[in-house]
Amino acid sequence: MKKHDHKEPLFRISKSGYVPLQKAWAIRMVALLLALIVSALIIFSIVKLNPIKVYGTMFQGAFGTNKRMWVTIRDTMMLLCIGLGLAPAFKMRFWNIGAEGQVLVGGIASAACMIYLRDKVSSTAVLPIMFVCSMLAGAVWGFIPGFFKAKYGTNETLFTLMMNYIAIQLTSYFVALWENPYGSNTVGVINSRSKFGWFPPIFGQMYVLNVIIVLVLVVTIYVYLNYSKQGFEIAVVGDSENTARYCGIDVKRVIIRTMVISGAICGIAGFLAVAGAGHTISVSTAGGRGFTTIIVAWMAKFNSFVMVLFSALLVFLEKGAMEIASRYQLSDYVSSMVTGIILFFILGSEFFINFKVTLRKRFSKEVSQ
Amino acid sequence: MTQFISLFQASIVFGTVILFGAVGEILTEKSGNLNLGVPGIMYLGSIASLIGVFYYERYVENPIPIVCILIALVCAVIASMLGGLLFSFMTITLRCNQNVMGLAFNIFAGGFANFYGGSLNKLAGGVGQINVLATSAAFRTKIPNYRSLGPIGELFFSYGFLVYLAIFLAFAVSWFLNRTSVGLNLRSVGENPATADAAGINVTKYKYLSTCVGAAISGLGGLYYVMDYMKGTWDSDGSIEGLGWLAVALVIFASWKAPRAIWGSYLFGMLSWAYFYIPGLTRSSQEIFKMLPYIVTVLVLIFVAYQHKPDNQPPNALGLPYFREER
Repeated sequence: MKKHDHKEPLFRISKSGYVPLQKAWAIRMVALLLALIVSALIIFSIVKLNPIKVYGTMFQGAFGTNKRMWVTIRDTMMLLCIGLGLAPAFKMRFWNIGAEGQVLVGGIASAACMIYLRDKVSSTAVLPIMFVCSMLAGAVWGFIPGFFKAKYGTNETLFTLMMNYIAIQLTSYFVALWENPYGSNTVGVINSRSKFGWFPPIFGQMYVLNVIIVLVLVVTIYVYLNYSKQGFEIAVVGDSENTARYCGIDVKRVIIRTMVISGAICGIAGFLAVAGAGHTISVSTAGGRGFTTIIVAWMAKFNSFVMVLFSALLVFLEKGAMEIASRYQLSDYVSSMVTGIILFFILGSEFFINFKVTLRKRFSKEVSQ
Repeated sequence: MTQFISLFQASIVFGTVILFGAVGEILTEKSGNLNLGVPGIMYLGSIASLIGVFYYERYVENPIPIVCILIALVCAVIASMLGGLLFSFMTITLRCNQNVMGLAFNIFAGGFANFYGGSLNKLAGGVGQINVLATSAAFRTKIPNYRSLGPIGELFFSYGFLVYLAIFLAFAVSWFLNRTSVGLNLRSVGENPATADAAGINVTKYKYLSTCVGAAISGLGGLYYVMDYMKGTWDSDGSIEGLGWLAVALVIFASWKAPRAIWGSYLFGMLSWAYFYIPGLTRSSQEIFKMLPYIVTVLVLIFVAYQHKPDNQPPNALGLPYFREER
């Protein structure tokens, strides 16, 4: 019988079964390395700077001085906090694209406390109040799409996306309401004199409290997702709603509960952004992080500890690229471009973990019978 | 009356940007590919056309309008198709998650466009704002003597040709999807790729083509945005990104029917500009009014899900990667 060699495609793709963890991580590392090389080449083509120096400069931008290092840490914690908020929702296969909005309403709640509770409560009591208010605001923002998803099966991707824009307009509203000085259309630094509602410095560092809060969350979410009954329910609903229903899990309740939790943690991120970092509120308080973290959570496979690595990587890239941009008078946007390229590589690498590519037999040594 | 005319005109200009985006996305989504990268595609379409035209206007003494238009169109279509190709390669061949890839694509394309937009502004020198006047004027050429028709002329004939192209494309896409056998095949890929595959339809080819062509149409939205809405200037305030997301929302609003997207887009435009024409609003309450298009979309989302009419549902395999061996 004549073989139809010419009809066989060049590549054959098949599912790879179990891939050892080391191999999967090796593939991811190779992808990351390739991504770094490609981005270095792009930066090289723009500024004609030696690629190795590029990363030297980037490193300086992220960790060059003590202050820079703490800003890098602060931003990593912020990204991580949102990622932790998204993880439960995403594990349930609920596409919560609305972190941006959930962070913003959390931030609004914090800022409102800072403005309206001034002189009414003590500056130590206000922080827990802000924490709770932000959490509640975020929870409400998560509850609304969760409720309608559970009740009527609305498309959550678009619902949460629209909630972002509603939150952005809400922020604009409050910015116009609270603007200071009048006519500037910004809120300015809130309580810059009294530092009321600001995170107190610990060990002389401004951002230690951010780190503490987020690290507590890292452990909590890890335990919650992996070792609790509710975490198990989330996993089952995510894998198959029918299975979940069959084993008597109240799917609707799980969806709503998980979205409330997800929104609440994103609300905490808004609290961190306002009380622990910017001390102001604007439409860029979330700054697109709500979208970036979706990728962090996804790539880390919702493992909180891996998320630490990915958020640190992304913040490092952002800070580094910004340093290059300012040193060579480029626009900051070069950092988003580089981030995007790196994300493409890491996302693409998943393919080589999940699938096996076999070359056409003519090219391989094995001869079939 | 003049107020109403100007609101109507503003709505159509606004609506056309998202209409292009939505029509392209409908074509893409009908193949089961959920391209959340529409804002990114629009970014690419706008910056590519701007770059192409900028150099043409710079090196030619008297730019010829028709050449300007052609250059802009070709650049926008090529760039957005390349974007669509990248998205297709990642999601169809490498089977990445479509949502995640779409978002990553937006980050990349937003950075790319604003980076080059910023550089162009710098290159343009002077006031630090790039301005491709000749091309923008060419795109905004109106039907001659439209004023002689009075208000009717003002309302319906006072736009550049892209406004009518958008409407034409909406009907063309609808005709293609519902009245041709290729369109039927495409819809079957979006509904159930395994069945389509078994019927001998090349799923990969259909998905690639519809995503790339859809991206080209969405990219025209970016072109229209920069040439008409922004009058040939570049602003890196990210407003095109918001418009791109509205285009994605409009697809849902129109429940995957292109002709419905036409009036939907103008309605969105009207809702977005309403605050400007309502008297007695303070600056802060204006912001509340700007929520309207998003709130309406949310309400439509809920209503469509509540009603649960099979006619209005998304393609069945929307957002799912297809792998033949996975059953």
